[in-house]
This record gives sequence, C-alpha cells and structure tokens, in this order.
Amino acid sequence: MATQLLQDKDRIFTNLFGHHDPGLEGAKQRGCWNGTNEILQQGRDWIIDQMKASGLRGRGGAGFPTGLKWSFMPKEVGARPHYLVVNADESEPGTCKDREIMRHDPHLLIEGCLIASFAMQAHACYIYLRGEYVTERLALEKAVKEAYEAKLIGDNNVNGWDFHVYVHHGAGAYICGEETALLESLEGKKGQPRLKPPFPANAGLYGCPTTVNNVESIAVSGTILRRGAQWFSSFGRERNVGTKIFSISGHVNKPCNIEETMSVPMKTLIETHAGGVRGGWDNLKAVIPGGSSVSLLPKDICDDVLMDFDALQAHKSGLGTAAVIVMDKSTDVVKAIARISYFYRHESCGQCTPCREGTGWMWRVLTRMAAGESTIEEIDMLLDVAGQVEGHTICALGDAAAWPVQGLIRHFRSEIEDRINNYRAGKPVFVSQVAAE
Amino acid sequence: MSVRRLAKEQPDSFAFNKKSEDEIKFWLAKYPEAKKASAVIPMLWITQKQEGWVCEPAIREIATRLNMPYIRVYEVATFYTMFNLAPVGENLVQVCGTTPCMLRGAEDLISVCKKRIGKQHEISEDGKFTWVEVECMGACANAPMIQLANKDGDHYIEDLDAEKFEALLDDLAAGKKVKFGPQSERNASEPHGTEALTDPSLYDGSRAKPIKLPNTDKAEG
Repeated sequence: MATQLLQDKDRIFTNLFGHHDPGLEGAKQRGCWNGTNEILQQGRDWIIDQMKASGLRGRGGAGFPTGLKWSFMPKEVGARPHYLVVNADESEPGTCKDREIMRHDPHLLIEGCLIASFAMQAHACYIYLRGEYVTERLALEKAVKEAYEAKLIGDNNVNGWDFHVYVHHGAGAYICGEETALLESLEGKKGQPRLKPPFPANAGLYGCPTTVNNVESIAVSGTILRRGAQWFSSFGRERNVGTKIFSISGHVNKPCNIEETMSVPMKTLIETHAGGVRGGWDNLKAVIPGGSSVSLLPKDICDDVLMDFDALQAHKSGLGTAAVIVMDKSTDVVKAIARISYFYRHESCGQCTPCREGTGWMWRVLTRMAAGESTIEEIDMLLDVAGQVEGHTICALGDAAAWPVQGLIRHFRSEIEDRINNYRAGKPVFVSQVAAE
Repeated sequence: MSVRRLAKEQPDSFAFNKKSEDEIKFWLAKYPEAKKASAVIPMLWITQKQEGWVCEPAIREIATRLNMPYIRVYEVATFYTMFNLAPVGENLVQVCGTTPCMLRGAEDLISVCKKRIGKQHEISEDGKFTWVEVECMGACANAPMIQLANKDGDHYIEDLDAEKFEALLDDLAAGKKVKFGPQSERNASEPHGTEALTDPSLYDGSRAKPIKLPNTDKAEG
C-alpha cells in the first residue's frame, strides 16, 4: 500500500519555514487563536478527554500520552498553585524542530499554553528555552507581548482564564531537558535530576503541582481541539497517530525540518523531503532515527522501517524526538558514535557514579576502537559496561549514553573487529567508501 | 561532566550598568518574590553580556541581590557551560562539533579556527577572536554551524563550509557586518525548493473565519 503523505491542508505548523508573518496578525490569518474562548468554555474535562481521544503522545522523546499526563494533576487546587512548564530546552543532537515553532509559529505555542494551563488549573506557565536559543527567545518574548497587548492572555483576558506566560532560559546544559533537572534549573540551581517519586504532578516547580510538556506537544493542542480528535488520530497507525515534525540531518541532499504523518516509511520521508541520501539510497550506511540517544539502524532495516514509536522500538531503537541523522557509506561509524559518547561525557551532570564515570570510560574505549587500538575482548567488555550504566542512574542520561554504544556493537561489531585486526596487521584501519558517482 | 574553574586573575569590583539594571528588573518580575533565586541564570547572563565574561565579584553581587549563599551562585556559574569564566575576544566563535555537524564538515571549521585563531579558549593576538568547540546547538538541519557572540548579540550562522567560514572570519576581522542565519539560498531549515506549505488557502484568511468546534453538544445538535 502506498503511503498517503501529509497534505498542506492538514499541516499544523503552517509557518514552519518562516516564509510568513510570525506575528499575531499573521498567526490569526492562519487560524491560530480561532475559537480559543469557545474551547475553554467546553470545560477542562472536555479538553482532557479530547486530548486523550486524539492519541497524542508527547513529542519530547518519551512518547507518554499527553492527555493522560494532564489528567494526573490534582483535581482541586489546594494551598499550592498549579504550574505548567514547557520544555523548550531542545538539546538532543539531531533535534531542531521546537526552534522553528518558537521563532516562526510562536502563537500556536502560547495558545496551547493557555489551553493546557486552563485544563490543569494553572494560572502561570514558564517556558524554559535552552540558553543558546537567543534569537528564538527574543521572538517568543515578542509574541508573548503581543498576546498580552491583545488581551489574549494576562489578567481579565478575553478568554476568561487569568493566565501569565513567562519566558525563562538556561545556559548550555543538555541535562536540563530532563524534566526534574529543568525544574531544579528553573528554581536557580544546578541542573541535577531529582529522584522520583514524588513526581512533578505532586511536587514540581517550587514544590507545587506541575506538568512539564514539550513545545511541540503543547503547540499542537489548539489545532487538535479545533479540528477534532478524530482528525488528528486519522494519521499514522494505531497508538502512533498524528502529524509530527521530523528533523532530517546528516548525509542527505536537503537537510530539513518537515511536518509529516506519523508512521511514514523512513525511506519515503528521506526521499520525498530531504532530497534523498547523498549518492543515492544504496549509498546509505546507517540512520539514527530519533536523536542521538537511540540506537542506529543499518541500511537493511532502514529500507522498509516505519517512522513511529512501535516500529522503531521493535528494532531496539526508538522514535525519540524524530531527529533522523543519516550516514552514508563514507561515514566512519565508530567515530560518529564515539563523538556521541563524547557528548554524553560532556553533558553528564556528575550526580550518579555509573554515568559520571561510565560516560567517560565508554568514550575513551570507543576512541581507541575507532583507531583500531583495542582488543577483540574489549568489545564485550564495553557492552558489559554499557549495560551497567543503563538503568542504574537517577535519570535517563545513563540509558541515553548506553544505547548508541549498544546499537553500534549490535549492528557493526564486525567493523570494529576489522579495525582491530587491520591495526595489528599494520594495514590502514579505516578506508572511507566514497559514493560511486 | 565538564570541570570548570574561575579565572586566576579577577577584578577587584563589579557593578551592573543602567542597561543591565533595567534588564534585571524585567527578569525579577517573572518570579514570585520568595523564589527570586530563579533569576540566577538570567542575571549571570546579563553580567556576561555586560562584561563579556563572569567574574568573581559579579558572582558575589548576584548572591547578595538574590539572597543566595555565594557557593550556590558559584555552583551555577561553573555548572552551565555558556558562562565564560575568563575574558574572551571581541568575537566569540562557538563551533558545534557534535555528530550531526561533524557528519557535514564541522571538523573543517575547527581546522580553520586552529589555523586562523589559534588555541581553543585563548584570545587571538589581535584580541578579535576566541573560539571554542561546543556541543549540539539544535540547528542540525543547518549543519555545520557556529554561534557568534559579539557586540551585535548572539547569532547562529548556518549552512557553512570551510570557504564560507574563512570569508566570514575575514569580514569580522575587518569589522564588517556579516549575514546571520543560513549562508545558503535557504530562509531557515526548509528543504530548498520544496512544494510543502505552498497551498494558498492556508494563507488567504479562510482559516480565520468563525468555526464550529467538533465533538461538542453544539456540533452534534
């Protein structure tokens, strides 16, 4: 069956490329802030039920159902106020989608913040951007100001729910994308993840009930409610529905961000929107399908794998943030993964020993392996250490550091062995295969 | 994790200027009074924008203002890698070196830096440049890229290659204005020449007309 690709009329982010006015007037022309008041009038139960029915799964990487997450907040507001915190600390290597929402379609995000906050009885929302996104922060601040001036948000606004949006920023720490580290950082501390429980819905920001959502998850909510849960769930496969922004980088002819239907075949996605793999599909070596944390997949799996949570998980990888990193045959794949290990070593917060020590250890061993200066036995030792880091840390950074290494050994063990043997035989360790063009 | 320490040479004192004070007011208004420690990262950043780096007396000043123990502000300044703990050149060139950029030639940019500017973290002889390799900056569809921080602000410069990068450094050295964003025919991160998002009905205002919400009593009745 040929895949039905997403048509323009069903794209949520109609200014993803920044060709149109990102300001309030432009956003309204494109349908943003249309019927927002009426949405709120339906009540919070209706909103949460619709979000659940839409099948939206969180777009920040873990894929937790968004409507369900919203329903975890206390039903009644007690002595502690409720907060919505939007995770705009987009730092997963390969991922660059939330950036486009914030600078080109910021009103979709602000409208979503209002709807989500209303549904969870929060009167205040903090949007936490990574520090490097200075341009994006200024664009978002501008849009927030416009929304205040038009009385769409603020006290006594036209939508009938007193609500404030505050833009906050970090300063260059990947770990602050982990929700509890983000809350620590927002409270003015080092970004070191908290033990759970208590979960943020019970004790989050300033010890108050808090929900943390990704930018894309919040920004799609207004359109989902306007067009209906069934409309959104009509795209993709069961449990993997909706539209999704894919970030395609690496060895493609046209790296890009593109909104497509979930469950689109990887090959179709790359060939339709990214101009295909450099040198043609047969020049493909491997793809990291969901940001640096997930396992890479060799070409034979990429040939027919679908881009969704379940299909990629079945291959021991994941959809993650839907950041597709393409590597053609010229790639030194061991070095590419070693560089990812360096990233995790650099970004480990240092709190848990397995991660703090393990990430550095894995990077050093992989760096030697990339040069062939290793022994065959060390491959299994590396796998063993990766397994000891995985699942033994407070947050998922340990897992995220282990998975790419495990994926490399699972799919390219022979390549590592060849290098070790070549090195010992005094032959060139790695010879790049250049596209036959 | 990255181990970071304050610079050995420190000034005797630090004071925020008028512009910084206005910005501090803007930021402090965002947090409950009892939780004003939340402003620590923005205040350190304001310091860096004023001085080019974060010095020890500034850390003390921020601690006093936010009612925080000095060590807590020190921790934050040393934990977050965007804070320069030593002075930098007029143009801080931050080259993304993580895998998506590496695949598209970040190593060539780093070679240019080494050749043109010198050692990482050090100020070039003419005082105009400092370069550092940083981790993923979230512009992977525009790789390879750098973030340039100078008196004009903080800007991404994307879709680079060694040749364009050398020309950029030439312009900066000559004090010329440079183009920010993609150094290609692209506007942002769109696939060049794409047919996606070209349907005129998205932009003719038809979507701003009153709608009937689906799945409500009204819609069903």
